[in-house]
Amino acid sequence: MQLIINGDTYTDLKVGMNVLELLSHLSLPMAKVAVERNKEIVPKSGYASVVLQDGDVLEIITFIGGG
Amino acid sequence: MGHNTDKLIIAGRKFSSRLIIGTGKYTTYAQNADALTASGAEIVTVAVRRVNLTNPDEPLLVDFIDPTKTVYLPNTAGCFTGEDAVRTLRLAREAGGWDLVKLEVLSDPKHLYPDMEETMRAAKLLIADGFEVMVYCSDDPVFARKLEDLGCAAIMPLGAPIGSGLGIQNPVNIRLIVEQTSVPVIVDAGVGTASDAAIAMELGCDGVLMNTAIAEAKDPILMAGAMKHAVIAGRQAYLAGRMPRKKYADPSSPLAGLI
Repeated sequence: MQLIINGDTYTDLKVGMNVLELLSHLSLPMAKVAVERNKEIVPKSGYASVVLQDGDVLEIITFIGGG
Repeated sequence: MGHNTDKLIIAGRKFSSRLIIGTGKYTTYAQNADALTASGAEIVTVAVRRVNLTNPDEPLLVDFIDPTKTVYLPNTAGCFTGEDAVRTLRLAREAGGWDLVKLEVLSDPKHLYPDMEETMRAAKLLIADGFEVMVYCSDDPVFARKLEDLGCAAIMPLGAPIGSGLGIQNPVNIRLIVEQTSVPVIVDAGVGTASDAAIAMELGCDGVLMNTAIAEAKDPILMAGAMKHAVIAGRQAYLAGRMPRKKYADPSSPLAGLI
């Protein structure tokens, strides 16, 4: 299936993948990021249960230096 | 008031240090962490950005500055509308679990002055959503009052444009804001060197927030230490109460008993 993650299109993703599996696939540490799916926040408690759908638009953020 | 009992209280949280530092513009996160230690600050501002998916091994700020030991104050830098700010800070809250946030809604990149109309709107949205809002604002006492009335947790007027290092340009307005405000007033932006921070504190501000003054000093770690002392010195001078200004000299040694 195809997802748009942080503005880039990813086409090689397994159908039925949940958020936890996606983070693992992207080698991202779950504790240090937050995920927004179609402009709605996915709570960390929902990472294993939220199944991604073809065409979902995701934002994955973290903290960086800023003033 | 003794030094040890003089705490900065923001939204019910107590802090011993009145210096808040940014985490931008440092050469490395390691240098940033060393500057933090030297500054004695207990709060750092941070930005919320997309993770780098092409390099997941890129160093992360949280690996250098431990968010369980230092309070992260997520900002809304780069947001130009209230909705953008709310979206960004909701993500920050999910990532870190913090509801204490720094709201900044900027306008023109040339001066980075806050868009106060949009700042007010964003503050309302965030407060309604349960955030404790520390708000970057102009040094206009009228807007400062309106933001306090909305329920902001701290009023943070600029001393001079962000990153300019020009020092406190309008001490009259800063003092007016200090006098009228019952939540903490923190000068945010404009400090260039230690004396600027001391001046802000001598005006009665509750704290100072700075980034570039430390990060772009030739020796950021040394400057971080200087800022720590400047904030303490300015605070103690404010609490001590300065002597009155006089028009003429007044000798310190008595004239009586001269041989």
